[in-house]
Amino acid sequence: MASVKHEGQWYGLDEGESVLDGLLRRGVEVPHSCRAGACQSCLMRADRGEVPAKAQVGLKETLKARGYFLACACQPEGELEVAGTGAELRVPARITALERLSDSVLCVRLRPERAFEYRAGQYVSLLRGDGLARSYSLASQPHEDMLALHVRRIAGGRMSGWLFDEARPGDGVELQGPAGECFYVPGRPEQPLLLAGTGTGLAPLYGILQDALARGHTGPIWLFHGALEASGLYLVDALRALQSRYTQLQYRPCVLSGQERGGLTVGALDTAIKEACPRPAGWRAFLCGDPALVLSLRKKLFLAGLALKDIHADAFLPSSPPSQAGAGVMSRASNASR
Amino acid sequence: MSTDVAKKSSSLYEQIGGEPAMEAAVDLFYRKVLSDERISHFFEDVDMERQAAKQKAFLTMVCGGPGAYSGKDMRKGHAHLVERGLNETHFNAVAEHLAATLHSLGVAQPLVDQVLAIAEGARADVLNR
Repeated sequence: MASVKHEGQWYGLDEGESVLDGLLRRGVEVPHSCRAGACQSCLMRADRGEVPAKAQVGLKETLKARGYFLACACQPEGELEVAGTGAELRVPARITALERLSDSVLCVRLRPERAFEYRAGQYVSLLRGDGLARSYSLASQPHEDMLALHVRRIAGGRMSGWLFDEARPGDGVELQGPAGECFYVPGRPEQPLLLAGTGTGLAPLYGILQDALARGHTGPIWLFHGALEASGLYLVDALRALQSRYTQLQYRPCVLSGQERGGLTVGALDTAIKEACPRPAGWRAFLCGDPALVLSLRKKLFLAGLALKDIHADAFLPSSPPSQAGAGVMSRASNASR
Repeated sequence: MSTDVAKKSSSLYEQIGGEPAMEAAVDLFYRKVLSDERISHFFEDVDMERQAAKQKAFLTMVCGGPGAYSGKDMRKGHAHLVERGLNETHFNAVAEHLAATLHSLGVAQPLVDQVLAIAEGARADVLNR
């Protein structure tokens, strides 16, 4: 019998009834609007069970890969478990290494105490013992023993200040997540990829880049890393080495101001991208970092012909100033549909 | 609408190409409205994905597809824009882009006319008359 589990409760579905109709019929409030698979208000994620393809029509590949579906278009054959809202599991982890990548960027390595699955490019919430929480993108690959985060020192930043100045290997933290739709989905190995980011936006891009290469992506891959000036760049040597090793990779470190020497491009990031990739139709883009730039780039690339579904944007919003001591705020403007 | 079962007739929506056509139309239509300074400010949304979903729902509706919004929905949904100055010019501009989108997808004129007629039927509600 077709049934759906929602927030811990099982509901039987009538013959041909959609998940949405079944839940509404039983008085469960589920956001919805067009009831026709177009507006995506009823988007849900399946934890367990088979999601019919019809219920994923129109969704971005990364959402499909994570089991998202439209409740109004979903008529499951058997049992379907919907992920409860806000029911994320916290995983304890230990800091194993703290390595400076530059004056302002720290690589934090963590070993989770139980299996922590993620896709390269997603982000996690890092929770300190006192509950302070901040989001960081994963720079590591899932097959590695340890997770890696790139943390930028923020003036007055509580979490970054702690990580830079006080945290030690062995310290315990908790992880929540992963979340985010900025990751590589195989299937179109020849598609040109555009990876663009500023500051520690490089972290997810670095993960995505290695993931794509490891999965045999053959198409051209352009990586643009932008910083205000040369001191804001990092992993330059590692990326140059990757570029030497993989002929399809073009790495372009960009600075807003400075000298055009040693392969640095000087000028606005979007100008550099436009010059290198004037016709982005048919490309896939991953944009991470400064919100204003990410959102502006997304719009520009879309207007220039890149399909909206092929743009994965992760805008790093700073946390809002804490209103109470000990309370942390995690905020993200990833492009998961709300 | 034909109810003659002996004749195999497809709906307007099916003739236009159904969901795959809407999928192809969304990006085209959204690009056009964002590039049109007369109306782009009504479509500015930090959440482009959500805005695109609304576009698709709109396109689906005017092409005779499933999930009709009632006149009341259209009125309520656009009331705040009317307060911001939404008027005939803007409605006409959107209808223009709707037609251009369908043309670039190769939809035949008679079908485009039917779509425009449906859109026209929503004018009073959209402009809160």
